[in-house]
Amino acid sequence: MNRHPISAPDFMQQAALRDTQLSRLRQMVGRAYDNVTLFRQRMDARSLKPADIRSLADVRKLPFTVKADLRDTYPFGLFASPMKDIVRLHASSGTTGKPIVVAYTKDDIRVWTETMMRSFAACGLHEGDIIQNAYGYGLFTGGLGAHYGAESLGATVIPISGGNTERQLMVMKDFGVTAICCTPSYFLHLIDQSQQMGIDMKKLPLRAGIFGAEPWTEGMRERIEAESSLKAYDIYGLSEIIGPGVGIECEHQCGLHIFEDYFLVEIIDPQTLEPVPDGQEGELVLTTLSKHAMPMIRYRTRDITALYPEPCHCGRTIRRIRRIGRRSDDMFIIRGVNVFPSQIEAALLRVEGTLPHYVIVLTREQDLDQVEVQVEVTPDFFSDEVRVLEELQKKLVHSIESITGIRVAVRLVAPKTIQRSEGKAKRLLDKRKM
Amino acid sequence: MKLQQLSVFLENAPGQLQLPIDALAKAGINIVTLSLADTEQFGILRLIVEDPQKAQAVLEKVGCVVKVTDVLAIEVADQPGGLSHILNVVGKAGLNIEYMYAFTEKRSGKGLLVFRFSDSDAAIAALQTAN
Repeated sequence: MNRHPISAPDFMQQAALRDTQLSRLRQMVGRAYDNVTLFRQRMDARSLKPADIRSLADVRKLPFTVKADLRDTYPFGLFASPMKDIVRLHASSGTTGKPIVVAYTKDDIRVWTETMMRSFAACGLHEGDIIQNAYGYGLFTGGLGAHYGAESLGATVIPISGGNTERQLMVMKDFGVTAICCTPSYFLHLIDQSQQMGIDMKKLPLRAGIFGAEPWTEGMRERIEAESSLKAYDIYGLSEIIGPGVGIECEHQCGLHIFEDYFLVEIIDPQTLEPVPDGQEGELVLTTLSKHAMPMIRYRTRDITALYPEPCHCGRTIRRIRRIGRRSDDMFIIRGVNVFPSQIEAALLRVEGTLPHYVIVLTREQDLDQVEVQVEVTPDFFSDEVRVLEELQKKLVHSIESITGIRVAVRLVAPKTIQRSEGKAKRLLDKRKM
Repeated sequence: MKLQQLSVFLENAPGQLQLPIDALAKAGINIVTLSLADTEQFGILRLIVEDPQKAQAVLEKVGCVVKVTDVLAIEVADQPGGLSHILNVVGKAGLNIEYMYAFTEKRSGKGLLVFRFSDSDAAIAALQTAN
């Protein structure tokens, strides 16, 4: 595969890469310490000054950051730049109904655009490609992140956003689309629908799918690649760090290269918080090296993976992580949206006043993730009138949608039918076969 | 006449009706009449029984969600026009019927219509005035 000029930093000499990381880390820690109260207080509590960070290993002296820190400082408490320098805000769902807000300066957008360009380039895309961007445009980082990267690469972008499957397929066929960005489950849905519309996905000029925003498996990749003409690439990212474009698979599809010149990777044991040896499974912890508006120090992603230290056949020097298969907490990702059981709980409480027994059942029907919240009927809200119960169902659906942003099915079930567990209630039943 | 009706929540699945009906049978409670309302996902079993208080306790003991509601049982002559006359009164009074069902009382042989009005007192008043 011809190397795209934008990909040059992917092939940087190891020594130069580590030097770049260290100098960026030191500058970033300085900015975070000077401008973000939370980071300064935590470092002061450890009698740590930015000057104490002298080597990359010194990153371990720094305190971790967790999702709750973003929630607690909602909306702007972790910003390190004044609003006049911030050109973009995005938001994703948080644990209690309040979203998590992330910010970008012009330079942050430039870096994000660059990592997305390098992501597309790693998948063999370049000028002349026609990229259908079916990630949602809006507060979600997926849409605009992919858009900027694809456009800057010189590709032709179709900003179709999510939804409207028939139109997606019509555009894909009529416009001669060569690459698509969406969630892998949505692409499987497109494959299924294409058959009904008489479109043969194996005969389209599609050659790359950039799939992310939810965990997926080799089994899904095999099916996608068997039933369409494209190669399916896994892209990794999270809003707290930058959005999509933190890591990407190359043509060898054997782990995701992390753009290490911008993101510092650690893998820790989620219990002891100590680093694990290379190759061993643990929680991915990321530190942003160049972010200005919202630097992130040792952010615990909750994603479970392993770091592959050995070089990839593609020649990239930036290291790879194993594909993300699971998370270390109970958050689940549905149609690209992060959802916590606690959000569902808050939504139920809001409607009923008291918390009924409930369970969240995840299934995959026709390759689309489905959520059903089963709620046990209690004497408090039971009625002899069908209308009243149906209205209650609607209220619950609406309440959950207003907090999580996703539409779920609510099923009323008989009392005592949801299994009770000892200790922490099992609120999530993931029946998705992946 | 006001009657106490028991409503029981049921999932719309095979075997769901068995539990409350068996419990009443074991407790020796006779069912005067019943009606089932069903939706795609769930159903509501509405019961008129001889001893509603005891029945409620029995059903709750086996884990049913039970609601007791006042319904209006109206006697009609078992002949053409019996129901039409009542509906006429109800309609003129602007009363909304949430649901209704009918049964024949075995001793008198008369038809009994069970109405659930959103406001049963207003319904009683309207029917008494009409008679």
